[in-house]
Amino acid sequence: MNARTASEPTPMKNRTTSERKSERELVVTRTINGPARIVFEAWTKPELFKQWWVPKSFGLTLLSCDMDVRPGGKYRLVFKHGGAEPMAFYGRYTDVTPPSRLVWTNEEGGEDGSVTTVTFEEQGDKTLVVLTELYPSKEALDAAIASGSTSGDMSETFEQLEELIATLQ
Amino acid sequence: MVQYTHARLNASFAALSDATRRGVLEQIGRVDASISDLAEQFDMTLTGMKKHVGILEQAGLLTTEKVGRVRTCRLGPRRLEDETAWIERYRRLWDARFDELEKVVGTLKRKEKRNERKDRK
Repeated sequence: MNARTASEPTPMKNRTTSERKSERELVVTRTINGPARIVFEAWTKPELFKQWWVPKSFGLTLLSCDMDVRPGGKYRLVFKHGGAEPMAFYGRYTDVTPPSRLVWTNEEGGEDGSVTTVTFEEQGDKTLVVLTELYPSKEALDAAIASGSTSGDMSETFEQLEELIATLQ
Repeated sequence: MVQYTHARLNASFAALSDATRRGVLEQIGRVDASISDLAEQFDMTLTGMKKHVGILEQAGLLTTEKVGRVRTCRLGPRRLEDETAWIERYRRLWDARFDELEKVVGTLKRKEKRNERKDRK
């Protein structure tokens, strides 16, 4: 059988977008080739989820993955990064509506943890995935961003900033 | 949402439109400094430097803390340029993840098709 038939053209590069939509929200969108039913399945079956959630380029190893995908069900993912201590991410599913909606809490961050909502909207033979991370406060999202950016090299940042300013003048 | 981003950008860019203020941020990005240190470094009066620091502080790009008689400046919570970079990194993370998801979905689709064909036989 042909791996790719005429009805299945070379996929266009489907762009992933990300945006801070408000003080408390981050939104990521992406169109996936395939019906919502299958995308939802890949998101909710642990054996499938494990195959894509941690791309090799992240340099992370997924040590364990427990998912009880039903309203109120818990999940727990444990990662390892190099020689560092393993990190656990956990929470519970609060809305499981196949194949269109999935909501879970992120409880490892304590009170500042976000709630993630993913919607799957079928468009022809593709599915638009919209993922929203809602933080309890502006400060919580600011802190999440700051903690992820403190290791950044400021000189590079300033170079980019200079360029940006130059284009505005 | 666009307006929200705009207001933040405006405050930051106004603060950053001045070469001295950009220099101050670059300097305190390396090490915290007092206002008098900065005034000396930038060959400026204390009053002049206080004004620049005030503008950066209002834009959230710098914070100050008074310890004893010395007011120390450090990078502020709203480092917009950092936020933009962070959101781009976040996008790339999800882009890589979604690429993998698409592969898994593709495999499942092909499997389904094969099974459909088998069923028809």
